[in-house]
Amino acid sequence: MTVKTRSKKVRVTTPFFKSMWAVVWKDLKAEGRSFQLLSAMWIFSFLVILIFNFAFELNIRERTNVASGILWVAFVFAGTLGLNRSMAVEKDRGCLDGLLLAPVDRSVIYFGKVIGNLFFMFMVEIPVLFLFAVFYNYFEIFNWGVILVIVLGSIGYTVVGTFLSSMSAQSRSRDVLLPILLFPVVLPVVINAVRASGNFLQAQEFMFVWPSIRMLIVFDVIFLALGYMLFDFIVEE
Amino acid sequence: MNEKPKMLTFFDWASVILLLVASYLVFFFAPMEAVMGNVQRVFYFHVSMAWIGSIGFLLAVFAGIAYLKTKDRKWDIVGLAGIEVGLVFAFINIVTGSIWARPIWNTWWTWDPRLVTATIAELVYIAYIMLRAGIDDPNRRARFGAVYAIIGFVSVPLSFFSIRIWRTIHPIVIGAGGENGEAVDMQMTGDMRIAFFFSLFTFTVVAISLVWHRIRLGQLQDKVEQLKVKANM
Repeated sequence: MTVKTRSKKVRVTTPFFKSMWAVVWKDLKAEGRSFQLLSAMWIFSFLVILIFNFAFELNIRERTNVASGILWVAFVFAGTLGLNRSMAVEKDRGCLDGLLLAPVDRSVIYFGKVIGNLFFMFMVEIPVLFLFAVFYNYFEIFNWGVILVIVLGSIGYTVVGTFLSSMSAQSRSRDVLLPILLFPVVLPVVINAVRASGNFLQAQEFMFVWPSIRMLIVFDVIFLALGYMLFDFIVEE
Repeated sequence: MNEKPKMLTFFDWASVILLLVASYLVFFFAPMEAVMGNVQRVFYFHVSMAWIGSIGFLLAVFAGIAYLKTKDRKWDIVGLAGIEVGLVFAFINIVTGSIWARPIWNTWWTWDPRLVTATIAELVYIAYIMLRAGIDDPNRRARFGAVYAIIGFVSVPLSFFSIRIWRTIHPIVIGAGGENGEAVDMQMTGDMRIAFFFSLFTFTVVAISLVWHRIRLGQLQDKVEQLKVKANM
């Protein structure tokens, strides 16, 4: 029932967006009931930060250099956890087959999953940023540049991640395979994101950060296009 | 299985002879580089390896697209052949680079963008092999392999262009644009150029021969699979 009123309220013009939001809403609702995925991602990313603290002895002088790296490692690892889970859930009880039976374009399912995963990524990144800021008394991380980079990087990461996780979910060694498939492909995104956010943290001129940001945008666009074109082939049976 | 084609035998022998000639050209014919000395000779093979690696990966992209269009098994075999051969050559490329870097940069390895991106490309295709190993259904394996080969290839041109996007210490010998955009010609003497292009040609022939062999092997594997299924029925 809520689904109906919800989609009415959104008032979308094309069935594409309507059905895409239905997929997104389904994911959010399922997660809202259990909080299985988000709680795991939260705990995991906090633990990553904790471990880095002991590994690097993060004092005030060190943190400027390594902060962006640590943040991105936390995001990427926690993201893998979420991506794995979000596709495994679909595969487990044949939900994916149900989704595929729906009379919508396949890319709808893909973009729906991407937006859902992106939402979960943001839901993890926000508390991690706060926690990092509080733990290390480092409130400089809340600047618009870092936020922009995190948004762009997360888009690139989830676009590829959703795509590859639907591939790894259909293989024999599911959970193990995803990081191996994902990390080398997504590394250009991560490298540029770490560079750009590091530059912003060191308060460098925008001119020096721009090449990394530009690369991030390029990768986002390339991977979005590839995901859109190739997703059909991954789910067809 | 049909017999080994005469053309392939020709390629095999051509590879052997060309490799001998190329070794002679690289080690004796090409002049010694003024600054770096003899270790510069690794360059002739190093670039050829990178060339073959990239071509192998590119072949897999075309084969992948062809497979997704036609669903013909033969393209899957071609794609796999391209990647396996490319993987080996790309690895030798990194190793020869490392050998050159030890005396010149005074380190086996440095986290230079060019090196990093070459490694990323290598890892992508190792993941490709692992992906294939993880899927039993041959049609799905071919489909996923094709898709991953296309997506993964993004990292190969990146590896090449990164040298121009980020500051790098990796030398640019071919088609280097000057700082102000003026074209700088190749910084090689005539004899160096002969050795360079000859080894490029040599390894292209070697790679064609290897890919061809790998394709035949793939066809044989397919046949064995089919026979096994038949025998079990």
